[in-house]
Formats: sequence, C-alpha cells, structure tokens
Amino acid sequence: MKVLNKKNILTLIIILIIYAIVQVLLTNGIISSFYEITIATICINIILAVSLNLVTGFTGQFSLGHAGFMSIGAYAGALVNMEMNSNMGFLAGIAAGAVAALIVGILIGIPTLRLKGDYLAIATLGMAEIIRVLFLNMDDITNGAAGLFGIPRFTNWTWLYIFTVLTLIMIDNFIKSSQGRACISIREDEIAAESMGINTTKYKVMAFAVGAFFAGIAGALYSSYFYFINPTMFGFQKSIDILVIVVFGGLGSITGSVIAAIVLAVITTILQSYSELRMIIYALLLISIMLFRPQGLLGTKEITDFFKFGNKSAKVE
Amino acid sequence: MLTWFYSYMRRCDLEQFSQQIVNGISLGSIYALVALGYTMVYGIIKLINFAHGDVYMVGAYVGFAVTTFAGIGFIPALITSMAACAILGMTIEKVAYKPLRNSTRIAVLITAIGVSLLLEYGMMYFVGAQVRSYPKLLSEEVLTIGSVIIKMQQIYIVITVLVLMVILQYVVKRTKVGKAMRAVSADKDAAQLMGIKIDNTISFTFAIGSALAGAGGVLVGIYYNSIDPLMGTMPGLKAFVAAVFGGIGSIPGAMIGGLSIGMLETFVAGYGSSKLRDAAVFAFLIFVLLLKPSGLLGRDTKEKV
Amino acid sequence: MSLLSIEKLTKSFGGLTAVSNVNMNIEKGELIGLIGPNGAGKTTVFNLLTGVYVPSSGSIKLNVEGSKKEISGLKPYNITKIGLARTFQNIRLFKDLTVLDNIRIAMHQNINYKLSSGLIRTNKFYAEEERLKKEAEELLDIFKLSNKKHELAKNLPYGEQRHLEIVRAMATKPVLLLLDEPAAGMNPNETVILTETIAKIRKEYNLTILLIEHDMSLVMKICERIYVLDYGTMIASGKPDEIKHNKKVIEAYLGEDV
Repeated sequence: MKVLNKKNILTLIIILIIYAIVQVLLTNGIISSFYEITIATICINIILAVSLNLVTGFTGQFSLGHAGFMSIGAYAGALVNMEMNSNMGFLAGIAAGAVAALIVGILIGIPTLRLKGDYLAIATLGMAEIIRVLFLNMDDITNGAAGLFGIPRFTNWTWLYIFTVLTLIMIDNFIKSSQGRACISIREDEIAAESMGINTTKYKVMAFAVGAFFAGIAGALYSSYFYFINPTMFGFQKSIDILVIVVFGGLGSITGSVIAAIVLAVITTILQSYSELRMIIYALLLISIMLFRPQGLLGTKEITDFFKFGNKSAKVE
Repeated sequence: MLTWFYSYMRRCDLEQFSQQIVNGISLGSIYALVALGYTMVYGIIKLINFAHGDVYMVGAYVGFAVTTFAGIGFIPALITSMAACAILGMTIEKVAYKPLRNSTRIAVLITAIGVSLLLEYGMMYFVGAQVRSYPKLLSEEVLTIGSVIIKMQQIYIVITVLVLMVILQYVVKRTKVGKAMRAVSADKDAAQLMGIKIDNTISFTFAIGSALAGAGGVLVGIYYNSIDPLMGTMPGLKAFVAAVFGGIGSIPGAMIGGLSIGMLETFVAGYGSSKLRDAAVFAFLIFVLLLKPSGLLGRDTKEKV
Repeated sequence: MSLLSIEKLTKSFGGLTAVSNVNMNIEKGELIGLIGPNGAGKTTVFNLLTGVYVPSSGSIKLNVEGSKKEISGLKPYNITKIGLARTFQNIRLFKDLTVLDNIRIAMHQNINYKLSSGLIRTNKFYAEEERLKKEAEELLDIFKLSNKKHELAKNLPYGEQRHLEIVRAMATKPVLLLLDEPAAGMNPNETVILTETIAKIRKEYNLTILLIEHDMSLVMKICERIYVLDYGTMIASGKPDEIKHNKKVIEAYLGEDV
C-alpha cells in the first residue's frame, strides 16, 4: 500500500541490487564462509543497533539491557527451531522470539520507564542480568550454563537481508509517524511533551517494546546461525557492544547505526584474535566520541539528507 | 516465596544465622567502602561513576604488585594502593568527566562506561587475564564461638573499614575541604559564589572516593585470595545498589546500604542459592528504585518547571 | 456556568507554602490576567492547573460538555486532552525539531490512525498526515510562521519562538489557553503585535484565555478582569481600572508605568 513515487522505486531497486550482488558473491565463493560470518554479524548488529537507537537515540531512554531481549529471542527461537527443525519452524521461532521479547519488554518497561537517566540505565542493566541469571538457572529448559547446542541453521543471507531491510523500513516508518514524533518529543522535552497531550509513559513503553521486538528477531536469527547459545553471550558486554554501535553512528540516526555496524563488524573481524585490544579500542572510541563528537558519525541526520531526490516534501516526510 | 521462608525458619538455628551475620558484616563493610565513593561522587556532580568498581580492581592489583614484588606488609600496601587509586581517580575526573560537566547525563554515563572498559581491558592486556593470589599478609587464624567461625581476616577487614570511616567522617565534618564538599553537593553555584574552588573540591572528592575503593580492593584481594581484571564489575554494581538503597548522596546512607546489601547477598547465598545472589541484589535495586528512589537517607529533588 | 472554578487551592512544598487558599472563577470566552510580583506563585498556579503539580488541598473544576469535572490530580496529558493548554515561562519548544513538527506533535492526540497503520503505511495514514500538515500550516499562518515550517525551532528569532509556543498550545484544540508571560523579552512593537494577535485568536478560535504577564500595557489593554497574587495569596481581583487604583496591589508592586 505504499505510495509508488520516484523515491520509493529507486530505493526498491537499490535494495534488490545490494541483495543480488552479495548473493552472487556468496554463491560463487568469492566471499568465503569466514567473511559470511562477518556479513551475518553485520545484519544482526544492524537490527540490534537500530532497535536500540529507537529506544535510546530517538526516545531518549537510556537502556543498558538490550542484550536481555536478544537472549529471549535467541532462546525462544532456538527452542522452537530445534523442536520443529524446518523452515517453518525457523520462522515460527523468529516469531516466538520476537513476541516473547515484546511481552517481556512491556512488562519490564511499565515499571522501569518511570525512572530517568542514570537510574533507568542501571535498572535496565539489572533487568538484563536477572534475565541472564534466570536462563542460567532454568536448566530443564535452557540447559543452564552449558547452553543449547546443535541449533539447526536456517539463517542465510536471504533471510538475514529480508529481516534487516524489514527492520529498517518498519523502524523508519515508526519514526516518521505521529507515534514516532510523540516518542521524539519525549527525548526533546518530556515535560513539554506531556503538556502537549502526549502520554509519555505509554510511548516510552511503546518504543521500548518495539525495540525489544526487533532485538528478539535478531536473537532468533543469531541462534539459528551460530548453532550454539549460552546465557553468558548475552550479558552486559553484549549490551555495551550494541551501545557502542549506536553511539558511534549517532544517537538518532538510522543510517548512522547501519554504517557504524558495518565499520565495527569489520574492526571486530580484523581484531578477532585480539579481543582485549578490540575492547580497548571500543573504550577509547566511546570516550573520544563523547569528548570530541558526541553526536557520533551522523548525529540525527539520515542518508536522505544528503541526497535530495524527489520533491522537498518527500524529504521532510 | 512462602515455602522458601518456611524452610528458612526451619533451618533457622541460631548458630547458622550468626554465621551468616558475621559473613554479611565483613562483606557488607567492603561494599560500604566502595559505596562511599559512588555516593560522594554522585552527591557532588550527579554522576554514576561506572568506572568506580574498576578503580577498586586497580587497587587490588596495586596492592598485589607491591606486596609480591616489593614485599611490603599490609598497612604500607594499603596506603600505597589508596594513594595510587586517589591519583587514578583524580586523573579520570580531569580527563574524562570534567570536559563534560555541562553535557547531558547520558553523555557522561557513556564516557564512564568507556573508562570502565578501558581500565578492565587495559589491565587484561598489560597484565593478563589470569587470576592472581596475594601473598600471605594477614594472619590465617580463626576464632570459633560455638560453631560460628570468624576469620581474623574478617576482623581486620571490619576494623580497617571502621578506621577509614572514622577518618572520613572527620574529614567531611571537621575540615575545610570537607565543608567545601558538602557545600558543593548542596548547591554548586552558590558554593562557587562563596569562593569555593569547585574543581579542586571535585578532584578531592574523587581522590577520597577512589582511595576508599582501592582500600576495598586490597582487603578483598587478601580475603578471597584471588584477583582478576574483571573482579570490579559485579562488586561495583552491588556497591552502587548499596549507595542507592542508603540514599545516594548520603555518607551514612552508603554505610548502612553497604551493610544491608552485604547481609542480603550472604543470606540469599546461605539460605537460598548461591547462583541467585547476583540476581537478588539487582531485584532488590529495582524494588528500591520503584518504591523509594531517594533511598533511606537521600533527598528528593524535583525539576523546576 | 463558569468554565473554570478554582476553590481554596493550596500547594506546599515541605515547609514552604507557594500558593494558599486561592479562589478564581473564569467564564467562557473571558480574557483574564493573573499578575503579581516575582515569586508570587503565578506559575505555580499554572502548574497546578495543568497537572504538573498536585494540589496539597483545594479543587480545580473545569466545565467539560456541560458538567463540572475535577481536574486536580489528573496527569498533564489528560488535562490537555480535556481542553487546557499552556505555554511556558521559559520557552519549552522542541528545539531540535522543525516548526512543523512542533505543531504536529501537539496535534498527536487528535490523529486517527493507530501504530500499525503507521508501520505499514496505509492510505489512511497518508490521508491523516496530509490533514495534519494542512491544519498545522493554517495555525502557523496566524503568526505568519508557515514559511518557516521547515526551520529548526531553535533557529527562530526569540519573538517568533514565543509565538510558536502559543501556536503549539493552540494546536491541542484547547477550550482554555494558559499563557505564561507571552510578552517576556519583547520590545514595545512586538508586544503590540502580540496583543492584537491574542485578541484575534480569542475571537476566531472561541478561546478562553488566562494570562500571566508583567507587561502592564498588555494586561491593562486586553484583560477584562485581573487577579492579583502576592506571596501565594489572592490580594485583589476586579476590572483593570479597579486594580490600577487598589491600594494593596500598588503596595505589592504596581509602582511601574502603565
């Protein structure tokens, strides 16, 4: 039901071209399976970063527990996937993971989003830790610390691409709707927003829940690609990894998150054997960005701000 | 929850209870030490110093280094570590937090996370991730009252913490710098207008807070006999919970909070499950934040519209 | 029946009583002034009316569709939905958003599409967005701001920012509009334009207006009645002429040129 204007058709063509190029490179083995992992990581991180950006960058709610939602998606997805062991099962797993994460997001969001700034950050961190400990202790379901092995791999380039593009489109659509504007107004000035008729709690929870939903999708995709998950993978360090991407790309820029996800995935691949060095670089990156360029790469700009095609009103929408 | 309570009551023989109290007090006094740093820094610049737990870790390593390689004893090691951490804390403040004094809270928080990561992985990179043990510094003796075991080390910990706290109270209540700290905590602009040098006062606050954390690190290193670069994360967060519970910005609050969290954790581990100890502290934090975010002794601040 | 009736309104913060036993009555269509020295509690009254503060005691009743509804204790966004809108003493625009977005956000409560329509971009979504844009531009036209609709709010000159705050409040379709020092920081020319515009919007949009101001030329010119607050209590109320000559008011602060 989209309006078929010049801009949308062009976007569609670009989307298809990117898909085709990578697909061809993969099938012909030009991109080795080693780099395929990098591509998978990029896609999953894009989904994670953009969904976190929605909560922290656009709505201004500092969440340090995003990895918790990813883990819910990963476990729910893996369990359904392992049970059904088919493409349908894989997709059902993704749906299960996303919905489970969404529900938990709403449940967690309602009480904690009353908190502000630092307190909210620590509360979300605490929530993610509680989720991790719960998964660690639910031995019958999650196999505890040992984790789940042998998760059937159905995630491939096609699925990754489809879900990444869908996420980008959905979140972009959300931001550019009235509900999205309500969320952004909360970031700008919460008191003014509330005085203008915005139920700030409702929209904070909405953004949080939507963010959780997509993090759940990312988690399910992750578990069906990497065969194996355990609770430690989704701890505080993972939440930090995602935060670094969002901050680096720009809190409030979807394009920024995409670019940052790609750049940082490349760095991670290069520094694969030097994980401490990578974390030191991440740390220095966080500090330098905050000190010298707090808006990150793109601030709140999007790629469409650089290419003004179509008419002006299309750009503003 | 009810069955847990019931089984707790059944096993509630006085001696096991007393044992938990003993363990809780020694753990709690360490949390109190670290919580003090959080609360003082938050009181003065409204920042949750995420890197504070890692200063504690550095303190533990400094203590390890001087006792292992220079062979000095407990008190000199403690003092060295406290001095080193004071310098570290002041440096971090000058380099990473001071430039952001007028930025959003999120910006400073992100920077603090960055500093924390830098300390952790920097230590890992340069010193290695493996666990180290302290040489034998304090007596290994054990006191037994009935079947309650009190280690001499635990007594040393509590005594050291008490001494440090008395010194801290003296500094805060009786010295000029202490007064300046209290003034800046209450109203930064007014304090500045009264001629108080804000920068120095803030530096001093960081120095004291970090020194106390360093002391905590050494004590923990001796007691648990193992240190590693990531040892600061959990205790740091738990000390933060302690500071919030006691009332962030309140020094007596940090002390009460520290003891409370130490008790909570020990009792959960002792009567419940050791695996749940971390989650219990976090659940408690969320409970406090939702019910009374200003904690036991903290103040409520509202934004002017 | 009066549109707004405030009875024995009191607000204390700890030991400090900011507003004490205030009574006010506003009929539909009136333009009322609320004046008093700095710190008298005028903005506190606004904050109480709009739900930012909860009264310590007393009642605030708004006439909604024929019946009186107690609005004290409601959340700000609900009060706005019922029909009370405000501007702020210190401008609280969404600075990094465009002029158009500032207005559209205020119109959010009146949109007719749900989250899902936005996500998949139904025809209804596009139709509503079109309607929103048109209405917003019409409102902006009142203050001649529609040519600046894509400007960031923070880039507008000060006077226009104050105007934008008023337009934004009006976008919530209020029955009672609270203006907190709308002329603050304006020069005499700008104040004259503002005065005329306030009179115009009152007529065209059938608004009842309660206005806090220090600029007596504006107050005396357009307010039909004035309430005077000092140290949190109402010390006088009446027509501008009565207030001008009221000894208590003059004592409180009215020593300025009118």
